[in-house]
Amino acid sequence: MPEPKILIFAAEMAYRAADQAGLMKAWYPVATYIVRIPCTSMLRPELIIYAFEKGFDGVFVASSGPDCPFLGESCVGKTSQRIEKAYELMKGRGIEPERLLMSGVCSTCVETLVGKTKEFKETLSRLGPVKR
Amino acid sequence: MRDRIGVYICHCGGNISDVVDVERVAEAVGKIPEVVVARTYVFMCSDPGQKLIEEDIRKYDLNGIVVASCSPHLHEKTFRSAVSRGGMNPYVYEQVNIREHVSWVHKHSPEEATEKAIRLVKAGVAKVSLARELSEIRLDVKPTALVIGAGLAGMRAAVDLAKMGVDVHLVEKEHFVGGWIAKGYKAYPEGKPGSEVIRELIEEMKSGKIRLLTGAEVLSVTGSVGNFQVRIKVRPRFVVGECDRFEEAMEKCPVEVDDEFNEGLRKRKAIYQIPTYPELPAIDIASCNRCGECVKVCGEAIDLNQQSEVVDIEASMIIMATGFKPYTPKEGEFGFGRKGIITLPQFERLLALSNGKLTYDGREVRDVAFIYCVGSRNDEHEYCSRYCCTATINAALAAKELGIRSYHIYRDIRTYGKYETYYEDAGKNRMLFFRFTPDSPPEVRTEGEKLLVKVRDQLTFGEEVEIPVDLVVLVTGMELAESEIYGMLKIPFSRDGFLQEVHPKLRPVETAIGGVLIAGTCQSPKDVMETSASASAAAAKAATYLLKGYTELEPFIAEIDAEKCNACEDCVAECPSGAISMSEIGGSKVAVVNGALCRGCGACAGICPVEAINLRGYYYDQLRKMIDALLEV
Repeated sequence: MPEPKILIFAAEMAYRAADQAGLMKAWYPVATYIVRIPCTSMLRPELIIYAFEKGFDGVFVASSGPDCPFLGESCVGKTSQRIEKAYELMKGRGIEPERLLMSGVCSTCVETLVGKTKEFKETLSRLGPVKR
Repeated sequence: MRDRIGVYICHCGGNISDVVDVERVAEAVGKIPEVVVARTYVFMCSDPGQKLIEEDIRKYDLNGIVVASCSPHLHEKTFRSAVSRGGMNPYVYEQVNIREHVSWVHKHSPEEATEKAIRLVKAGVAKVSLARELSEIRLDVKPTALVIGAGLAGMRAAVDLAKMGVDVHLVEKEHFVGGWIAKGYKAYPEGKPGSEVIRELIEEMKSGKIRLLTGAEVLSVTGSVGNFQVRIKVRPRFVVGECDRFEEAMEKCPVEVDDEFNEGLRKRKAIYQIPTYPELPAIDIASCNRCGECVKVCGEAIDLNQQSEVVDIEASMIIMATGFKPYTPKEGEFGFGRKGIITLPQFERLLALSNGKLTYDGREVRDVAFIYCVGSRNDEHEYCSRYCCTATINAALAAKELGIRSYHIYRDIRTYGKYETYYEDAGKNRMLFFRFTPDSPPEVRTEGEKLLVKVRDQLTFGEEVEIPVDLVVLVTGMELAESEIYGMLKIPFSRDGFLQEVHPKLRPVETAIGGVLIAGTCQSPKDVMETSASASAAAAKAATYLLKGYTELEPFIAEIDAEKCNACEDCVAECPSGAISMSEIGGSKVAVVNGALCRGCGACAGICPVEAINLRGYYYDQLRKMIDALLEV
């Protein structure tokens, strides 16, 4: 199968981690597309579903975690609620829950970002292309 | 719909173009109907690069701009300004990151990297095609600043700000100002004692514009630039008034503990004073036995029952001047922990305490060996602290005046800039230099009263030399001082573990957190001159905001479509800053946003059941169109 296509919604800090990954010449799967948003709490569950319906094999919601400059600690809870809702919608559409990943990524958490993206790609390769 | 878009692909001098075929990217996006012009250029951020955008806007009557280059964290502002100068709204601009997110991470697969860049740039074009014109939110800024740390950097920044008419709160966790410089024996370049160097600053601090809080720590910080609310706990000093018999009170105190000011080389009493400011002693209550001897001497000037107090302040900006801590060698590192093996800061104090004669442990010192780069330039600390070479040679020259012979066991010498003459002076003064490599570090052993330093000297082709000395000084570098505030403010750290500036050249004293600036050695190791210069820079940078009377916040706030709002009030509860309230508009209840309070997280938009809320700059129709573009076949 072709490389699974991964969409990363990167919040402020996660975006910085991705910049840092570049600075350190780290490697992660090429078919990974990073979209910058201020904070993952703005992610409507419907938008995550939209990404699957259009053909992304996996969506990685990289929040700033407790380092969120907007919400601090409460970012994790708010983002989790969006993710829970997205899982429900996915279930109704027969999209495997493994295709949606959420993790807090601090501004220097290069290892987390890169490591999780690599693992995610492995998972998605096993699952095959997303059902559309 | 923006239908006249200009796209600019940056080579970044090879950083991008060595991996990504930029011409192919330009060609591919040039085919999009809305793209009128697509070019590549060697350095988009350079003046000619920016000019290109400005000229094209006029020439092609553009209504949207995409630059594909480095991270927007570096140059978004640069390009927004260029777009403005071209006569367009700066927010119909999108920066696509094809350096950090493409060429630097996929350098071994140029073909795929090029494909990826094309998709990302197309997504950028998609986003801009639906971009709305936005304008900044203007906020009034009162000229008040908080400076954290009252060492050289903090005092310098505070005094500079005060001179510009800014009200400054200066917070110091110790009971005395001065930090590390106050301990210096003869600070280079002019060889004045450190406590004298800051004397002038201390005098200026009394100007009245600076409110100094010593023994104080920041408990919490809320708010943001222009409007920080800071809660500070002030620990009691227990010395509450004047008394002309403090000397006597200190003599009478029966408690003796290690004196931190003298790096543990001397003892001090529980009631103690250091030669800086305030000129009042303080009582270290942790070691005080509350015997009341000092109270018998000074009466009401001392109150052993004084309580902590909590002070709430408001500040428009915060300058971090928390400074450094010297690296502490590990037990056994070059014999550290054994008698006669001390660190550079301890040696500085030993010199300061010398009275025409250098003594250690009751014996006169004649020969001193300095081992350089202890704890630096290794796996634990990859960096070099730069200041230590000059500080060591400077200290050795000062020791020479007391008849001390010195031996310098070094890896490399960095007495850069104005201080090369010190290195020359060291040679002229017959100081001996031995060079070692990291794979054969010197060894220190104790033999009776003497210490023997064994070094395989690279300057004599690897000859092994053993040097008998009275004292071994481990030349230690700097680490960031510990503080709870970094976490409170969420300031990012640099690779070396110091506080990270936004950009080393373009924004060297600002952090990623709006309104939070850095000064001195909390940013990186610095010598006295560099510290002072960076503190003045931070003060000047802060003043550009503080003295204007207002600041402009980014326009990325929530926007509510009153037509769609169903008045469920989910957003009101979800907002972290109380920026949303319900209001009557045209006879129906709708949610409205207060722009000054909105932080721009978008949590309200994420929870709205009917997509009535959008976050400006990240409208959902833009995000959907980006997703479409990324997946285009």
